Amino acid sequence: MAMRRRDFLAGTAILVLSSMKSRAIIVSGGLPWTPDAGSPPVPVRPGPWHYFTADEGRAVEALADRIIPPDPQTPGGKDAGCAVFIDRQLAGPYGRAEGHYTRPPFMPGTKQQGPQSADGPAATYRKALAALDRHCQSAYQGKRFADLADEQKDQLLKSIEDGKTKLEGVDGQSFFTLVIKNTQEGFFADPLYGGNRDMVAWKMIGYPGARYNYLDWVERHNERFPLPPVSLIGRAEWSPKL
Amino acid sequence: MRNAARLSIVIGAAAAWLAGAELGMAGDPDGQAYDRIEKGRYLTTVADCFACHTVPNGGKPYAGNRPIETPFGIITSSNITPDNETGIGAWSDQQFDDAVRKGVRPDGSRLYPAMPFPAYTKMTRDDVLAIRAYLSTVEPVREPVKANTLPFPFNIRLAMRAWDALYFTEGEFRPDDRQSPAWNRGAYLVQGPGHCTACHTPKSFLGGDKTGDDLRGFNLQGWFAPDITGDVGQGLGQWSEADLTSYLKTGHNRITAATGPMAEEVVNSTSQYDDDDLHAIAAYLKSLPGQPTAAPARPEQPAMNAGEAIYRDQCSACHGLDGQGVAMLFPSLAQSSLAHASDPASAIRLVLRGGRSVATDAEPTAPGMPSFGWQLDDAQVAAVLTYIRNAWKTSAAPVSGDAVGKAREQLSTRPD
Amino acid sequence: MPRKLPKKDVVIIGLGWTGSIMANELTDEGLDVIAIERGPWRDAPTEFPTNYVQDELRYRIRHELFLRPEQNTFTFRNKIDQTALPIRDWGSFMPPNGVGGGGVHWNAETWRFLPTDFVLRTHLTERYGAAFLPEDMTIQDFGVTYDELEPHYDAFEYLCGTSGTAGNLRGQIQEGGNPFEGQRSRPYPTPAQKQPFSHTLFAKAARELGYKPFPQPSGNLSQAYKNPLGLQMGPCTYCGFCEWFGCGNYSKASPQTTILPHLIRKSNFTARDNSEVIRINLDRSGKFATGVTFVDAGGVEWEQPADLVILAAYTLFNVQMLLHSKIGTPYDPVANRGVIGRNFTHQTISSVNGFFDNKKFNFNPFIASGSIGMCIDEFNGDNFDHGPVGFVGGGYMGQVQTGGRPIQTTHVPPGTPKWGAQWKNAVRDNYLSTVTPGTGVHGSFYSYRDVYLDLDPTYKDRFGRPLMRMTIDFHDNELKQNAYLTDKFAEIIRAMGAHTLDKAYRKGPYDATDYQTTHLNGGAIMGTDPNTSAINRYLQSWDVSNLFVTGASAFPQNPGYNPTGTVAALALWAAASIREQYLKNPGPLVHA
Repeated sequence: MAMRRRDFLAGTAILVLSSMKSRAIIVSGGLPWTPDAGSPPVPVRPGPWHYFTADEGRAVEALADRIIPPDPQTPGGKDAGCAVFIDRQLAGPYGRAEGHYTRPPFMPGTKQQGPQSADGPAATYRKALAALDRHCQSAYQGKRFADLADEQKDQLLKSIEDGKTKLEGVDGQSFFTLVIKNTQEGFFADPLYGGNRDMVAWKMIGYPGARYNYLDWVERHNERFPLPPVSLIGRAEWSPKL
Repeated sequence: MRNAARLSIVIGAAAAWLAGAELGMAGDPDGQAYDRIEKGRYLTTVADCFACHTVPNGGKPYAGNRPIETPFGIITSSNITPDNETGIGAWSDQQFDDAVRKGVRPDGSRLYPAMPFPAYTKMTRDDVLAIRAYLSTVEPVREPVKANTLPFPFNIRLAMRAWDALYFTEGEFRPDDRQSPAWNRGAYLVQGPGHCTACHTPKSFLGGDKTGDDLRGFNLQGWFAPDITGDVGQGLGQWSEADLTSYLKTGHNRITAATGPMAEEVVNSTSQYDDDDLHAIAAYLKSLPGQPTAAPARPEQPAMNAGEAIYRDQCSACHGLDGQGVAMLFPSLAQSSLAHASDPASAIRLVLRGGRSVATDAEPTAPGMPSFGWQLDDAQVAAVLTYIRNAWKTSAAPVSGDAVGKAREQLSTRPD
Repeated sequence: MPRKLPKKDVVIIGLGWTGSIMANELTDEGLDVIAIERGPWRDAPTEFPTNYVQDELRYRIRHELFLRPEQNTFTFRNKIDQTALPIRDWGSFMPPNGVGGGGVHWNAETWRFLPTDFVLRTHLTERYGAAFLPEDMTIQDFGVTYDELEPHYDAFEYLCGTSGTAGNLRGQIQEGGNPFEGQRSRPYPTPAQKQPFSHTLFAKAARELGYKPFPQPSGNLSQAYKNPLGLQMGPCTYCGFCEWFGCGNYSKASPQTTILPHLIRKSNFTARDNSEVIRINLDRSGKFATGVTFVDAGGVEWEQPADLVILAAYTLFNVQMLLHSKIGTPYDPVANRGVIGRNFTHQTISSVNGFFDNKKFNFNPFIASGSIGMCIDEFNGDNFDHGPVGFVGGGYMGQVQTGGRPIQTTHVPPGTPKWGAQWKNAVRDNYLSTVTPGTGVHGSFYSYRDVYLDLDPTYKDRFGRPLMRMTIDFHDNELKQNAYLTDKFAEIIRAMGAHTLDKAYRKGPYDATDYQTTHLNGGAIMGTDPNTSAINRYLQSWDVSNLFVTGASAFPQNPGYNPTGTVAALALWAAASIREQYLKNPGPLVHA
């Protein structure tokens, strides 16, 4: 059985393989195996935005830095790469809501029935960021969100979060919830996805990363685990230092 | 999956065995007697004629046309079913014996040593004719075999005369009176029908055995078939007899597992050996002395540090924090001769591409190892292998990033 | 016209746990068996290897191993008078897909039901009187008893190598085990897993409060094990990537580690992957199955004829298959007639997070396995007197935290803002010193007249067929049960030394966006009366005698335990009935 290596556009983090694109196989007699089988992750490469426009990118960086502000010990959302993470996610299957049930009719429902919009995350960001900047330009003498002072940003975001400030044409409250979620995902995900640069978030909390064997630590109760975090693409100590 | 018939043969006392070997040409036994054919079926399994003379995954048994990779090119096996035109049905017993034990076809042309006649020459005529008797009972298949597929100049069979003169010593196995009957039986099987030397003995650049280094390992088909003498560092010195019989019979033991070409060998051949024969082979192999070699080069500390980090973060998931693995599931790298082999080709290959160990009826799990080629660069693969080869009881030469890079390139062109 | 394939003795729909169990049993009987699986073939070294499976974003947040709603989904509403809308992305449950099914990415929590769970209506009526039960509660007896299933529970645990401490060995209560469990004939095949710090601390606190904590029975093995089929498994290494993830080092019980390598070597077994069965075909009488029709990855339809059909898909897909194949009378909740779709249930889950002084407590939450945990069973089933409390049912509770994956395990004390500097500081200060049990309270979900499955009138799947519709909400009984249990649980977390608790009671309405385990059950329930059950006590369809339906779709209600142990035991029980009775004399095994 051959597992196709999936060809990725540089920078797209995951390709969700819809089962409809796979070949059916008949398995009989023994377990299939081919060399290099499987689908390892492809790391995000730094570079220009894949999805965001320049303005959108600036706005999301600004949002990320308010959701996770920088402090002396740990970088904020922007420097940690959260906006890069979100950009690459929106450019890929997540942004397109690939795999979701997207048939009509689209009818508003109860909160318990979940999102019923035809828009995936990518479209939602595009609309909402535009609405956010338009709101700021009208409320703050022509300034976009990224140009506001930090206190102004925080005030505005709180007000959106509480439902007091509405954005035109979009549900500002649920958009902000989405940005918080995506920013925090990017902050804590494996660095190969573009955020959590140099594993800064994992270092902050003391999470040792993508490890597999803790058998020698299970019964060492209440002791700090000493090894540094490691990503799926390794850590500095993996390369011999000459 | 082919289920060969289980056969139990009682091995008589050494005297009886030796007496049988002295039969020689006098009165070739009746080819149709049931016992003889069963003996022939067992010996055919031991000699593993099936593997080379059958196309894998559904080819007709013994009908040939299997491409076999050699260092000189691809050679195609012949049809040894009893078909009169395309097989060996029309051959006489003498012609069959000459082919198997002398490497000469009925028309006088020479066989290439892909047919391991330099090993089979050690077989007794009686054993060879028993194989013939069995092969005469398999279904005749009309299957003409493709002509000589080796590239020039190796397609000139005449050259084999010169090769034979250099590298082929005709002659039956001579038992050693100082050794036990079991040892002698083991030696016979290993050197003769089992033809272990075909893969495990280093060869000269022209493909002849370096008999001084018998069974010390050989690089072929992208693998290093390891040292199987009793050497402690490189060979089977750390294996008990039970470890060896378990490996041959089930493909697995507490230290390691068969993979690659050896997996096929286990399934088709050794898993069906008699227990007595397995013990004999174990006794013989473990008796072969290790070769005193110079201590391997010391590994560099940066490589060891990097390798230790990679090992702890990755390999320990299966191979354990102490390198001992899990018996019958994940090999013990600390004790694995494959991991410590002087030629690290197999170890590099497994790390880069992953692998699966053999499934047999006794051990069907066939655990798989993932591929690390996408995750580790050449220096990192070299570092972790250097660490594995030096972190525990025995040492082996460090592995270089260059060697890994070369292997990566060569492996990328391999389909298997 | 679908192309017709050569006939097989048995066709099995779905190659998950029960499909693998049935295939292994029936091939041992000499039958020619084919299993048809909608999803892809899966194996550890290729689909969940140890070097990239520890990826929370990919496998938990984007749930890569699971079914895509685009391929099949459901509509959802709370009440009959609402319009159901599609579940466009998964929320409250997550259906499996692929060979191994949920057995690949479960936590491997391997429980048995209580003896009283199997005779629930009889037992509760006897103890409390019929009037004690809500009028619209439709619980029923299973039709099979714990004692009948015990040898099959045992067989499954030994197949898996389950790690645990026996609580009731042939009637003798054992120290350290669950004193409430039904009697077992043998100890567990391997000892219980060693417990990390917070789980041990929970047990200490529970003991001090007078409870009898015991280790959760775990399919993540405590040591290397060779199962009765000759398959080798290794010891769990506490990677903390269990549920949602496949296990890369052969230490989690799954069809891949306990059955498939043995099964695949049999010449009378074949598996087809990436092929979706869309219908069970019936003969003209409608009483006999002739085989199945499936669609391969290229969209081509095929027919697989067979003498015996085993419907072994996940609960929801079993019910959907019966509805689409027009087998059995669909349930009508208003008329209270019909059986396919009735007694649909989920699980009543809640938890309490505890925040501790980070200078005194370091829990290393990332060191965990899927079934790690110390639990108490005092509040499960009818293990306590429900008279004073005014509800029935219950669940086990415990510190069963299965990992510390940071995207989802960075909890902050209640009242902390959800973003900003305060949030960031709170995350930094609390990650290592917070206990987040997850399914800390794992309560029962009994069945009701207005909680059911049927076909949606509006939304369609990619074949143009109606989606299945779920009508499901919590009833007062379960909400009361949960409030009571959650308070008890909170006491123990407090007694561990937490300075702040975050109690998250389960509240109605049932929210399809909030994950609550994938323990969906019912819809094709077993029973003794064909008017109120779809299959008999051997899991044989009352309507089509050569069809057996395995899975949690058989549960008439859901007790307070994870379902897989019982799902597997029932499958083994059904397989035994096929081998010992049905094959000798094909036809209905029970005459109602």
